[in-house]
This record gives sequence, C-alpha cells and structure tokens, in this order.
Amino acid sequence: INHIVHNGGLYKRPFNEDFEETPMLVAVLTYVGYGVLTLFGYLRDFMRQWKIEKCQNATEREEQKDFVPLYQDFENFYNRNLYMRIRDSWNRPICSVPGAKVDMMERVSHDYNWTFTYTGRVIKDIINMGSYNYLGFAQKAGTCQEAAAKVLSQYGAGACSTRQEMGNLDKHEELEKLVARFLGVESAMAYGMGFATNSMNIPALVGKGCLILSDELNHASLVLGARLSGATIRIFKHNNMQSLEKLLKDAIVHGQPRTRRPWKKILILVEGIYSMEGSIVRLPEVIALKKKYKSYLYLDEAHSIGALGPTGRGVVEYFGLSPEDVDVMMGTFTKSFGAAGGYIGGKKELIDYLRTYSHSAVYATSMSPPVVEQIITSMKCIMGEDGTTVGKARVQQLAENTRYFRRRLKEMGFIIYGNEDSPVVPLMLYMPAKIGAFGREMLKRNIGVVVVGFPATPIIESRARFCLSAAHTKEMLDTALKEINEVGDLLQLKYSRHRLVPLLDRPFDETTYEETED
Amino acid sequence: MDIKSMKNYVYWLYCQFELITCSYLMEPWEKLLFYTFNITMLVMVLYTAYIFVSVHISTAFQFFLHLFGNQHENTVSVVK
Repeated sequence: INHIVHNGGLYKRPFNEDFEETPMLVAVLTYVGYGVLTLFGYLRDFMRQWKIEKCQNATEREEQKDFVPLYQDFENFYNRNLYMRIRDSWNRPICSVPGAKVDMMERVSHDYNWTFTYTGRVIKDIINMGSYNYLGFAQKAGTCQEAAAKVLSQYGAGACSTRQEMGNLDKHEELEKLVARFLGVESAMAYGMGFATNSMNIPALVGKGCLILSDELNHASLVLGARLSGATIRIFKHNNMQSLEKLLKDAIVHGQPRTRRPWKKILILVEGIYSMEGSIVRLPEVIALKKKYKSYLYLDEAHSIGALGPTGRGVVEYFGLSPEDVDVMMGTFTKSFGAAGGYIGGKKELIDYLRTYSHSAVYATSMSPPVVEQIITSMKCIMGEDGTTVGKARVQQLAENTRYFRRRLKEMGFIIYGNEDSPVVPLMLYMPAKIGAFGREMLKRNIGVVVVGFPATPIIESRARFCLSAAHTKEMLDTALKEINEVGDLLQLKYSRHRLVPLLDRPFDETTYEETED
Repeated sequence: MDIKSMKNYVYWLYCQFELITCSYLMEPWEKLLFYTFNITMLVMVLYTAYIFVSVHISTAFQFFLHLFGNQHENTVSVVK
C-alpha cells in the first residue's frame, strides 16, 4: 500500500512507506516450489530411516528412540531438507575488516553442503552489502583505530569484573556522559552486549501486573526481555497505530484480566528501524498516543542511531521531536559506531535505578576499554567535536546513498519494502531456489549479500537484504546496481507492477502526490 | 545468429523452470527422478488426448449440429 501521511501536522515531512503486495502468480509458484521440496524431503527422510542413504544430520541415539522424538518438528524438517541445500550462502568466513570491501575465504562442498573444505584461495575485494556498517566506522586505520590502540596499551584488553565490583573504569564514566550528551537526555548507561541490554533491562523495568504492548515484528531480544519480565504481553500489528490505540483503549477500560484492577504500568516496545522490513516507526503518532493514554515508551534504536536524522542522532531527530518524550531510549553501538555493546538513556532517576537493579550491571562483565575508546572517538567524530567535518559528511553520504540506491532499484522494477529513508533495503525474492541462486550468483560477480529465508521471515516472503554504508562510493553502488540488474534479469526477479516516474526536481511540500503510476 | 539466440532463450527458459520447481537445488539423482516423473505424466496426458480428443470433438460437433438444425441421420443418438 502506498501512502503519504500528512495527518494534522504531526509529521513535518512526508512519510513514504511501501509494502507492495505479492503478485498472485509468484505466490502460487512459490508454494509449488515448497511443495516439491517438501515431497523430496519426505523421500529423503524415508531413505535415511530405512538406511538406504547415510544419515548425516543429528539424530537421537538408539537407546533414546523410545522417548519423545527430538527432531520431528517442522523446524528440524526444514533444516535438514531445505536449509542444507542452500547453506553455502550463510556463515561465510571473512578474513579482513568488514568495511566497504571485504576478503572472503573460498570454500567448496563435495557432499552437497553437509561439509565444507577450503580451497586455500582468498577472494579479494568483494563489495560488502551485508555489514551493518552504516557510517563506515569499520576501519583498520584512522583516528578511531589509533585512539583504541593507545587505550589498549594503557588499560589492556579486559576489564575482568562487573560494573558494580571492580570493573567501573573512568572510560566508562566518560562514555556515559558522552552518550547522554549525544542523545540529549539526562543520563545514560552502557552495557557490553546489545542483546543483553534489552533482555536484561526490560525485566528490571516491568514485572507482573504490568502490560507490555509490543510490535508484531520486534527483535528476539525485546521478545525475550518481555517474556522474562513476567508481564502480560499483547501484540499490535506492525506499525499500525489504529491497532495500538485499540489495545490501549481496551487496557485502560478493562484493566487486568480477572481482577479488573488498573495496570501498574503500560510499556510500549517499538524499534526505530525494523531490520527485516526496512520500515521506520511512526514515532509522532506513538508519542501522541502515549501521552493521551499515559503509558511509557521504550524505543530500540539499534539500526537507526547514527543512520537517521540530519546529524545522525536517530529517529527522534529524524521526526524533529524532543528526546524527553521518549521514556527509555535504547540503542546499540554495534551498527553505526563500529564497536560492540548497547546503551540505555533517559531521566537520571531511571538510570540510577538501572545501575542498581539491572541484571547486566550486577552480573555481566563491563565493556572492554579499547571498544569504549572506539565508541568515544566515533561519537565525537559524528558530533563534530574532533574538529573535522568528517562525521557530518558521512551522515550526508549515507542519506544520499540510501536515496540513490532505493530509487535505482525501484526504477529497475524490483519489489523493495520499507521506508524511502531507511538504509536497510530488502529486495523480495519469494521462491526458495532463488534464495540460493541469488546468493551464489552475486558472489560469482564479487558482491556479498545477505539473503534471508524462513525462520526470520514469513515462509513465502524470503528476501535479500542490502545494508548501505557511508563508506560505499557511488562507483561501488553503480557496480553493485549493474550486477543486481543482470542477476535480476537472469533469475526473473523484477516482479513489481508499479512503474516509478523518474524523480522530478521540485522540493517536497504539502501538495506533493505519489510519484508512481500503476 | 538466430539459432544461437534461440538456443540461449530456450536455455534461459529451462533455467526458469529449474528455479521455479526447485530442481536447481536437487542432487542429480533427484533431478532424474523428478524429470522422469514429470515427462511420464506429460506423455500420458498427451497420449490420452491423442486417443480421446478426436472422438470427443466429433460427438460434440454432431451435438451442436443437432441443436442448430435437424439435417443429419436419426441413427446417431443425441449426446446430452
């Protein structure tokens, strides 16, 4: 559905999001493909059971065969019969820094992907369209690397303790003050692992008797944190504000399920950019709803911090809102800052509470000092405090790359999901054989892409996901686009039925209508 | 050059068939099994069509002729 939303002045800029419907013929043929593979899967399982073929996957021991079967569910069936056939597109070993170009070790399989052997050759300079390297800070030379090397020689590599015991270094305090200043919040706290930030801190914020309203397509870390907390979880449709409002109304009117008491807290869990769809959350509407129904908002900016907004401050700045409206701003340092770890920012009382009661602060080892220095240097670079304009140039380059790449792909006729401004570009493949074929053909042409299939996406909507980077030059993008065009023609991937009109040279204003013709 | 581009086109069509029915992913003996099954089915359908279609067409032709006018022999029974 294409729509540009200008409702009541909540949005200061057009919000172009597009999830084109699957063409009927493609859906039918995808099911045909899966049907054929399922039949052959049953045949192979039969042969493995009757020892006609050697069984190379994990099975129970002979003594355990009378117990509850472990490997009979659909996921394991899918794993042995479908995933194994295209397994060479994943877990590829790289042997250089994953910047704009990467080196990869070549491997072959002689028994149809059950085992791999390395040929010894290294494929050099593959254009890397899969790393979450949005601002190009995954480098092995430059100011970040020099600062991190200096801190490594001064502090060593390990902190050897938790934050609450002996692991609280002055570097961590400096980082937290810097993160709070970067986001525009009162205070922030940093953790060693982004997944653990979500899964260990949501239980500290909500408990039994609270309500969590979480988006359909939230990340596994948010789902795990919500389940561990013990609160009641209700799901609203992806980015659908009517669904969220209905749930909020029902929660306020009916209260808790049996006792009808009011909920202790209502927490809304959303993400800034959803990495499988490339969609951006409708933050102005969520904040308006939150204020109307007096609930709290937890925003996970894993992919959007550093990648959206005129100065890279994330989705809050992209919409021109105030960071004080979001109660808990969470993000990770893995994507745009080239390091590892996560942070939570918010009011001082909240962060002080988390410093005492979060599982991660009590039990998890604190961040390693060179990694902290990498974050400090890259964040200062983005803010412009190191005296150069490199950071601002990178943010602008990423925005330009995003717009250019998305427009060119849409003009070629591929189905691309997501918002116009998100640097995550999912290209729909649909058929299972095309997943494997796309990965292999792109590698033959020296471009590394990430293809995604069943457990991470619905079964017929498999896709190839491109992650753009500020380190990609226009020549690299043009080469990549040329190869994608070729592979698209070879594999017949141009399913789109909309024809995009070439972009006109006029500024966006309230009277701009959709620029597509059906 | 027409033959070469024709051959390329037919090869491309074969690749599309392979991708759609996922025989691109199968091992050679599975492909053999799959193609044998498909070709057998196709041959059986064509043979059935060859044997029966001519009879069906002539009876349908006579039925329509009877519907639009009574000019042929009464010995042929009308097929409802």
